[in-house]
This record gives sequence, C-alpha cells and structure tokens, in this order.
Amino acid sequence: MIEFPPGLLLIIGAILVPLLPRVVRNAYMLALPVLGFWGLLVLPEGIHFAFDIFGYTLSPVRVDGLSLLFGYIFHIAAAISIIFAFHMKDPVQQMAGLIYPGAAIGGAFASDLITLFVYWEGTAIASVFLIWSSKTESAYKTGMRYLIIQIGSGVLLLAGAILQFKTAGSLEFAKMDLTGPGPVMIFLAFGIKAAFPLMHNWLQDSYPEATVTGTVFLSAFTTKLAIYALARGFPGTDILIWIGAAMAIFPIFYAIAENNLRRVLAYSLNSQLGFMVVGVGIGTELALNGTAAHAFSSVLYKGLLFMSMGAVLYRTGTINGSDLGGLYKSMPFTSAFCVIGAASISAFPLFIGFVSKSLIITAAADAEHWVVWLILLLASVGAMHHSGFKIPYVAFFKYDSGMKCEEAPVNMLIAMGLTAFLCIAISVYPTSLYAILPFQIDYVPYTATHVITQIQLILFAALAFIYLLKTGLYPSQLNSINLDFDWTYRRMLPGLIKKLGAVFVPADRLVRTAFLNRVEGFIAGVFRHHGPEGLLARTWPTGSTVLWVAVLLALYMVFYFI
Amino acid sequence: MADQKPDERKFWLDDKDTVKKILWALGAACLLSVIADLFYHKHVHYAAEDWIPGMYGWAALIGSVVLVLCANLLRKLLMRPENYYDEADND
Repeated sequence: MIEFPPGLLLIIGAILVPLLPRVVRNAYMLALPVLGFWGLLVLPEGIHFAFDIFGYTLSPVRVDGLSLLFGYIFHIAAAISIIFAFHMKDPVQQMAGLIYPGAAIGGAFASDLITLFVYWEGTAIASVFLIWSSKTESAYKTGMRYLIIQIGSGVLLLAGAILQFKTAGSLEFAKMDLTGPGPVMIFLAFGIKAAFPLMHNWLQDSYPEATVTGTVFLSAFTTKLAIYALARGFPGTDILIWIGAAMAIFPIFYAIAENNLRRVLAYSLNSQLGFMVVGVGIGTELALNGTAAHAFSSVLYKGLLFMSMGAVLYRTGTINGSDLGGLYKSMPFTSAFCVIGAASISAFPLFIGFVSKSLIITAAADAEHWVVWLILLLASVGAMHHSGFKIPYVAFFKYDSGMKCEEAPVNMLIAMGLTAFLCIAISVYPTSLYAILPFQIDYVPYTATHVITQIQLILFAALAFIYLLKTGLYPSQLNSINLDFDWTYRRMLPGLIKKLGAVFVPADRLVRTAFLNRVEGFIAGVFRHHGPEGLLARTWPTGSTVLWVAVLLALYMVFYFI
Repeated sequence: MADQKPDERKFWLDDKDTVKKILWALGAACLLSVIADLFYHKHVHYAAEDWIPGMYGWAALIGSVVLVLCANLLRKLLMRPENYYDEADND
C-alpha cells in the first residue's frame, strides 16, 4: 500500500463523491475514514514526507502519541458522522463532510506551522458549507460571521508563524513560550478556535444554525483541533489554567437558561473545552493525559448528544425546548441513546466521562490549585444540570407536548448505537483509552472513593434538579434568546457605527458644502472675468489676440534694448 | 414531520404513581450513598472532602442551587425575544 499523509485521503477522496452513483456513494464515503484509520495503525512514529520549498523545510506529518490519539478519534468521529448522514443526498454537504474531517486530521499531524495553517484554514472553509447548507437567511448570515472569525484565526496563525520564523529561525510546530508577538498571535489563533471566553460566540452562534447532520460534524473537529494545538504548543502555560476555569464555568449559566437545545449543547461543549484547557495549563503528564482523554471522550458523548438532538430536529422540525416534550413515546431508542450520552457527560460510573474527566480534576488537586479544583467540581455539577438532566428531560421526558413522530431513521440509530457502545465499552475497559494516551499512566478510575463520591454528586444534583423544577426556580423553557458577547459585534458595533454616522454625516456635509461653495465662488469669479460676457473675454477675436501679441513683442524688444 | 394528534396510548411516565416511585427511589439512593461513606476509607486530597458523610452530595446540592439561581438571574438580565437580532430580514 502507498503511504498517504493522514487526512489527505479524505480530502482527495471527496472529489469523487459527486461523480459516484448514489448506490455506492455511502459505502465509498465510509470506506475513506476506515482506510485512513487503518493507515494510522501502520504508520511508524516520527517525521514523514518532509520536503524543501523556497528554502524552507516543511514536514507535514509527525506521528507521535499526541497526534495519533487525535488522529484516531477524528477518524472515528468522521466515520460515525458519515453513517449518521447516510440518508442525506446533498453532495455539497457530503464533500464538506469528508474535507472538513480530513483537514482536521491533517492539522493534528502537521509538524510545521505552515502546514498547520493550511489545514487550519481548510477546516474553516470546508465546515462553513455545513452551516450554509441549511439554506436559510439566518444560516447564511451566521455562516458569514463564522467564516470571518475562523479565517481571522488562520490569518493570526500565519502572521504569528512568520514572526516566529524571524525570531526562532524555524517553522517547526513545537512547544512555545508566550513571549514576543509571534507566539502570542499563534496563542490567540488557537484561542479563537478553542472558544476562549469572549472569543467563544462563533460556536454558540453557528452550531445551532447548521444542518441536522452538519452540527454533528462540527461538534467533533474544530475545537478539538484547537485543544490539540494548545496541548502541542503551550503545555504548562499558567494563564491557560485561569482561562480554562472561566471557560468551564460561565457557559453553564447560559446552557441552563437557553431554550434551543442544540445551543444548550454548544454552551455545554464550551464548558467541557474549559476542562481540557485547564489540563493543558497545568501541563503535568497526568493533566495532559487528562486533556487528551477528555478530548477523546468528549468527541464521543458530545457527538452522541448532538446526534440525538439532530434526530429530534429531523423528525419534529424544531429543537426549541418550549415546543418539545414526551418524545420518549415516539422515539424510544433515540431517548435511550440520549440518556447514555447524558450519563457519559455527567461522568456516571461505567460511562466514558467517568474515566476521563477525573484525570484533569485530580491533576488540578495534585498541582495544589484548590480554587480551580473547586471550579471544576462545580462545573461538573453544572454539566449534569444542562446536559445530564435538562437535555433528556426537556426533549423526551417532560410532560407530553402532544407531538407524535416517527423514530429516527435506521442509519441515525446505528450511528448513535455505535457511539453509545463506545461510551460504555471504553469506560468498562478504560485501559483501551489509557493505552493510547501520550504519556505513561497509572491511574485507577474505579476506586471506592471515586465511585461513591461521583454517585453522590450525581444523585444529589438530580435531587436538586427536581426540587428546582418543582419550585419553579429552574429557568422554564421560553421562546427567547439570551444576549451573549456576540451582542457587541451584532448590535453594539453596528449601532455605534450608525450613531457615528449620524454625527459624522451632517458635519461632513457642512465641510463639503463650505468647500463646494468656495469652489463654486471661484468658478463664478473666473466665469465673470473669462466667460462669454466677461471683461477679459471681450478680446476674443483673433485680430485682437494678434494685436496683444504684437504689443507684447514690442514691449519685449523695448526692454531688450534698454 | 410531527403531526399534532396526541398519542392516546398510556406510557409509564403518564402514571403519577410511577413518577412518585421514581422520586422515592432517588431519595432512598441519596440516603444510601451518604450512609455508604461510613463504610470505607475515603482517599481525599483536601480535608474538606471528608468533613461530614456525604460531603460530595451536599456540595452538589449547594452547587446546583447556586448555579441555577445564577442562571435565573442571568436570564432576567439578558433574555430577549427570539427575533431580537431579526436575522430573517435584510437590514
């Protein structure tokens, strides 16, 4: 077999998709990530495919523990998402669904900053089609905002890479210190895609607007590639601990208050990314293992939750909590899979979150960051509320909304079933995950203390959930939105520009009119003297001109002889 | 697409008794999980994790209430009508 740079198979393979007849297209699309996964298993560790161009050395493929782990999970996520989208016949989305994961995989293996930049922008451009394919006015506008921010992140990355090359003399993508403009720009580029606080709104803005299947793709790749990039470039950078802690906690309030269930999941995803960022910031082997493990498991359970909500949207035509309820009757399998995803994010023993989240929390305690440890504990409780209880309750188990629909299509059920299986299997046999972590690990998740304290946490949170629901303290589902930071660039800035315009336009008009008056006065003056009726225009006849020339000549000669 | 005719069949959650039973079971499970703390040696990092039996449970209870009340407050301040940004129109 010819060796292929990881990810490229999916990108090049996508070109054939629209040409293939429908009968074989699904099988072909699924075969690409399966083949790609197999390719990873035979690819030896080290740097591959290095080449020189314009005097720079580019090394597109670096195989080591960290890149392999993200490579594996990206392939798995691609395969599952493709199965989830089997019923869909739109070739644009099908191609985007291959190129986008392919670019993310390529990015995870990039060993130099230029290759990373190319794949980085690749994910941005390919993924926006998953949003635009909703074909609504709001999806179009959201997609534009998404694209501007994503491309902006890439431009920052490129600028940072060039500056880094100037100072460090190398394009290698390795651990950096946050000193000098180059690394800071690269850090911010990663921060945008990782949805750092105040840079996060593209995520909650765009994911709920994408197509039913598009959101499932989106949830897996962009943000996890950014987490990978942070773990590769900035492990042990202290500021990340606090950025991560803020990220873990703030989205929770929004997730609890939000009505659109896919947006609830987008906020929830943001909070989970916070855990991973804390892990990168702590930077110990246990913490980085935790980040990698949690990224791996989060792709699975978040994918499962987004798939179940996608199925609900597909069958009912709405995803607003205020319209849904009682769907466990119509969609029993989807409900069951959703509950498995909910149990996983709540880190219930025997579900995947249990074996990954605690690595980061333990690492925070080991590093004596007790405030951060407490915040992460609180954020874990928050995850139970917005994703563990609220999502299944509002969509499936709340009072009957009177809605009746079909169960999700078979391909969706298979995709959810596979993911649910992995969520449980990996937790039952955590060695399967721990064996592929970047560092050696001797962590035992199933201790009496961990199991019992975690069960206490979940049971009492459930008790609180029910109490808060019954007393009406839990935010009820209302047709509404909650303002977030995107208000600044969707309302405040355009408003300011309008206001500025309101001041500027009259002032501008005043200056222009004054200037125009001057010019007009000047022209009028010239016209008065030189116009057809003007004093100086009376000598228009050629004869008089000749006379004037003769006079001038005479004067000249007189002066010459004197 | 959903059709709006209500489902006539009876399901397990339609029965008020079932819901009651689930709530009782949850309460009992909470109690059991607290009692369980008395029967094993808890490996803790911070002393606060083992002040009283069921420490994690009480923490979750308080944490939940704090989070939800904050979310409620946030919504009071920041909630806007669904068409606030008016995306569907060309502006």
